[in-house]
Amino acid sequence: MSSPLFEFTNQRLTYEGRLVLDNLSLRIYPGERVALIGGSGSGKSTLLKALREQCPDQIAWCPQQPGLVPMLSTFHNIYMGALHRHSVFYNLANLIKPLPAAKRAVSEIAQAIELQHQLYSSVDRLSGGQQQRTSIGRALIQERPVFLGDEPVSGIDEYQSEVLLNLIFQRHSTVVLALHDVAQALRVCSRVIGLKDGAIILDAPSAELEASDLADIYGISDSSLNPSRQ
Amino acid sequence: MISASKSSHRDSSAKALRNTSFWFAAVALLCLSMADLDISTPNPWGELGLMAAGALSPTVWSWPTLLTSLANTFSFALQGIALASVVGFLMALGYRFTLVRAFCAFIRSIHELFWALLFIQIAGLSSLTGLLAIAIPYAGTLAKIYGELFEEVDPSAITNLPNHSHSHSHKGSLSRSLSRFCYTVLPLAWRSMATYTSYRFECAIRSSAILGFVGLPTIGFHLETMLSEGNYSEAAALFYALLLLIATLRFWLQKRLLPLYLIGAFYYLPPQAQTSWQLVKRFISEDIVPAPLRGQANLNAEGLGAFGQWFNQLWQHQIWPGLINTMLLGQIVLVFTGLLALLLFPLNSPLFFRGWRGFGDAILILLRTLPEYLLAFLGLLIFGPSMVPAILALGIHNGAIIGHLVGRHTDELTLRADVGTGLNLYFYEVLPRIYRQFLAFLFYRWEVILRETAILGILGIATLGFYIDSAFEEFRFDRALILILASAMLNIGVDNFARWLRQRLHLKSMPESL
Repeated sequence: MSSPLFEFTNQRLTYEGRLVLDNLSLRIYPGERVALIGGSGSGKSTLLKALREQCPDQIAWCPQQPGLVPMLSTFHNIYMGALHRHSVFYNLANLIKPLPAAKRAVSEIAQAIELQHQLYSSVDRLSGGQQQRTSIGRALIQERPVFLGDEPVSGIDEYQSEVLLNLIFQRHSTVVLALHDVAQALRVCSRVIGLKDGAIILDAPSAELEASDLADIYGISDSSLNPSRQ
Repeated sequence: MISASKSSHRDSSAKALRNTSFWFAAVALLCLSMADLDISTPNPWGELGLMAAGALSPTVWSWPTLLTSLANTFSFALQGIALASVVGFLMALGYRFTLVRAFCAFIRSIHELFWALLFIQIAGLSSLTGLLAIAIPYAGTLAKIYGELFEEVDPSAITNLPNHSHSHSHKGSLSRSLSRFCYTVLPLAWRSMATYTSYRFECAIRSSAILGFVGLPTIGFHLETMLSEGNYSEAAALFYALLLLIATLRFWLQKRLLPLYLIGAFYYLPPQAQTSWQLVKRFISEDIVPAPLRGQANLNAEGLGAFGQWFNQLWQHQIWPGLINTMLLGQIVLVFTGLLALLLFPLNSPLFFRGWRGFGDAILILLRTLPEYLLAFLGLLIFGPSMVPAILALGIHNGAIIGHLVGRHTDELTLRADVGTGLNLYFYEVLPRIYRQFLAFLFYRWEVILRETAILGILGIATLGFYIDSAFEEFRFDRALILILASAMLNIGVDNFARWLRQRLHLKSMPESL
């Protein structure tokens, strides 16, 4: 087997000084499609962040807090993912007036994520789902081999979200996603990692799992106290 | 601190705020007992009556003079703020460097009138002097505000972009961070920057007007003449013209016309001065060098001894008394400002003056528009030289500014439907909720209050400005410089103390118009 892309051995991961995942050992290999599942606060975001730090130059990053710039257009917010590929003069000129090459690149992505009609609206005029697509677009334009996404399709309906996930799979050789929809995780990913109480309690190929096996992840203690979460 | 409050039975999050307020008020009362509060004019009410009569019968004695001095006031302000915003923006880009921060703190700690007095020595009463006197301190202020706005922007916008954390190791990382900056931080901060800059422009018009008091050809020049001679009707006309200029700005100073006005301002009043390098050189290498050290190529023990003696004299007779009086007056003004702000903010609050709010806020904005220096000058004519005019002038001006902001802050309060009215509403519902914000505004304003306190010395109150002005009058520029530096150090010290206090009391705020 090839060498792992991400590797943790007995690692402690903290978030804002608080221990989130203890004694973590994990390998992720190129070509895998991994779903991270677990209740809120179980450490999915912390794990994704740690993955990003391992090889930042290969990562297309799609975080849960998209950090869009509300007064700029969808076009500019998507283009932002490609800033590092161009000179500062090109970027500044494109900020003032969109340049043809940038327009082509961004339009292609906007078509794929169905934002072509909102391309020149400022993102504060978009719906929540459209903003989420913008965030995905910003990750896609980075053209990196590995996609890390934190609930990238959580506010989007099931059919649309599967279209978007397939787009992500088409364009990236390795994908790690935090997902809250367990059935969807089983359907689209090849491997499922379940997190609970600061540890990995499940790590198996999705072909070997049933949705009922995963109920425990959102176990009695967690989701019954917080039934409204989803 | 935390453990102490935990073990206490009276654990209150307001405790620190209460204690701080108590000590500030107590110190202010102590200062008040030591302050010079004499009213030395024989008939203050008579003078006030004459002023009121003048205010009711404004007379323009010369339209050309009025209009040119208004145009000059506007031009200095616009040029100054334009230069300051460009320079301030550039400095804000490096605001994370301590050296840049310190430099900005230094140039804004010296009041524009002091800068003007310095530049007058080199460049005379010229348009260049007016421009620089405004641009330099305002650049320091704008750099601070822009820099803080950049820091407060939601960081996820920039950290989510590729290569963020590893940019330092890459070649061309500077141009890359510039790209990222222009796509994220700048657009996020832009609106606040524009709002703040336009507010500062209003302040710059006041500053510009005040520059007339030291001789520049703005409206303050004629105001001082008319007021000193008791021509209150003529002074009133000038004063109303200034108010009208400021009040109508929003109607005619529009964003897209700005370049036009700017070109106009530079065409009308091109920054120039009749000066020579010789003059500049002499000023720097001789005039401002402490007298005992002048003309000495090398420092020797004798020279240093003489300098020590010279400095000691200056310290005992001018710096120390000036510092003490400035701090004394500053403390009284700070607390008085706070009290007035708490009294005035309901004028701009929908909770108290629902239907009349526009009118109430107009009063606050009018009070804010009155230049504090001019108010103090009027106070001096009424009450004679003491700390009374300064306390009233600075308190009214700053109290109105903070009252306006606190009032606007009450917009964000959501109260339950069955709250009381009147004083019950004020003390039970509103005051506790806004108090933290109020203190934040007040401590933010402290530095400015102290700067203004020092400057009022020029009018004859024995703060640092008094000694600075006297030194300039006696052509002792070496003394003037040391005294100006002393006032700068005081301001920087207070600014740092206020920041420490804000952090300690968890008063996070960056009001856009202070």
